[in-house]
Parts: sequence; C-alpha cells; structure tokens
Amino acid sequence: MSKGVNGVRRLRLCLMAAGALGFAAVFTLAVLGLQPFGGDVHPYGDRAVRASLLRGTPNTVSSVNFDQRALDTLGEELILVASALAVVVLLRMVRREEEDEPGRHRYGPADVFEALRVTGYALLPVTVLVGVYVVAHGQLSPGGGFQGGVVLGTAVHVLYLTGDYRALDRIRPVPLFEGGEAVAAAAFVVLALAFAGLIIPMNAVVGVEVGCAFILVLAKFFEQALLVRETG
Amino acid sequence: MGEALLAGAFALAALLATAVVLTRDPVRQAIVLSGYGLSLGVLFVTLQAPDVAMAQLAVGTVMVPLMVILAVAAIRRHQREEPP
Repeated sequence: MSKGVNGVRRLRLCLMAAGALGFAAVFTLAVLGLQPFGGDVHPYGDRAVRASLLRGTPNTVSSVNFDQRALDTLGEELILVASALAVVVLLRMVRREEEDEPGRHRYGPADVFEALRVTGYALLPVTVLVGVYVVAHGQLSPGGGFQGGVVLGTAVHVLYLTGDYRALDRIRPVPLFEGGEAVAAAAFVVLALAFAGLIIPMNAVVGVEVGCAFILVLAKFFEQALLVRETG
Repeated sequence: MGEALLAGAFALAALLATAVVLTRDPVRQAIVLSGYGLSLGVLFVTLQAPDVAMAQLAVGTVMVPLMVILAVAAIRRHQREEPP
C-alpha cells in the first residue's frame, strides 16, 4: 500500500522535474532572444503604436488589450470568471454549517475611532468615483476596464474598515453581483468575438465583470471569516 | 537621474520581497506583502507602465493581503470553535 503511494509520488516528482527542466530551457532561450533592457529599439512597441493609431485609439495598451489582442483578453476574462465561480462553489454553505445573522456578532457599528469612521464614509464615494473614472477614461489615459473594475470591487470594502460589516452586507447583495458577473462575462465574449475594437463598451463590460468578480470573491471570504460556523 | 530612480525602485522591491520571505507569521506577512505590492507598483511606474502599476496596486496591496488575512481569521475562528 505505502509502496504504491511512494511510487505514485516518485512518478509525480519525475513528471514535475521534466516539466520544470523543459520550462527552464525554453524560458532561457526566450530571454536570450529578448531586446536588451532599457535599449532604444522597441520593434513590438513601434508596431503596436502604429496599429493603434491607425484604428484611432490613443491609449495603445487599451488597443492591444481590446483590439489587436482581444482574443487573449477573452481568455484572461474567462480565467477570472472561472476562479470567481470556483470560490463561490467551494465556499458555499454545506450541510454541517450554518450562517449567523451579521447582527448576532455585533458586526454592526463596532468600536472604531470616530475619525476612522468619518474618513471611511467620506472616502467611499470618492473611491467609487475614481473607479468609474478609470473605467470610463481608459481609452484615453492609463487604466481601463480591469484596473477600474479592481478599484470598484475593492472600493465598497472601505465600509468594512469603518467597522460596519452590516452596512457592507447591505450595500452588496450577492445574488445581484452573481447575475452581473454572468451577464457582463457573456457580453464580453460576444464583444470580443464579434466586435473587437469597440474600446469603450469593452472597457465598461470588463469593468462590471471584474468589479463583480472581486466583490463576489471577497464576499465569500468575509462570510467564511465572520459568519459561517459548523453545527457538528 | 532616471537611472538612479530605477535602481532605487529595484532595490526597494528586492528588499521588501526578502522581508516578505523572512516574515514567518502569516498575518504580519500579509501586511509586509502589501508593502511589497506597493513597491512593485512604484517600480512599474518608473518603468513607464502605468496601466500595469494600477492593476498591481489594487490587486497586490489590497486584494491579496485582504484575502490572506480573511483566510487566517476563518481558520483561527474554526479552530477556536472546534469542540475539545
């Protein structure tokens, strides 16, 4: 029995070693073929900038993400959807567990400094506004759907810093964000496959999708850390 | 001037990365990790990659440390509530 387990372990190690060696070889070859660091020659950059100017997009990074390489971005988006889905499924309530009401633990307004609470409430609208700006202005300036979506997804958690978990729980109803995540991901698939290059709508859809995904993942982690307990 | 800035950003990132590895307590490590994320953001800005820097700041300084701290909190709570 244990001999069999050892054999499997050795096989697994050999497989891993083969993969690591192969990766090291290919990676070294790739690095040796790169342009030197900090040089003046940027063949890929020059071509990307030319192509993005041809299509009328001032922010070349957005153009690469949502026009020239929209298919790659589609893969990245689906990875994010898959991981958010996995978190929601893995951290769902199982039969031996139950969820407490947030009020039971005094996760309502807690004993935090007044100054911290006021700063938190004041920063919430500012942070959300910055997130919307980064999404909406992404085709012109640094930023875009992903960056703005991450800002939006983390912005609501300023409420937790003010010590008010119940307020956070009210401001982000999980089913709404599950629906938003699915609709935005589907919309992005359609846009990326059929309408690549529509930078503004793609930024908006990615912003919604990324924001929903981050809020969902953090909501599940918060539930596990604060509310879920085993009933035996 | 530019080269000195770059060297400083690289040195800061290397320093904080080492600090992350040398910090053994997971909660403290999450805080140091947040600082390391910030230094990577600074490095990306000095390398003229503001798009990546933005994503790095949000994910590396907020998202990942928060997830680590919440996971540690959940584990401690479940250990405490386990019947003896």
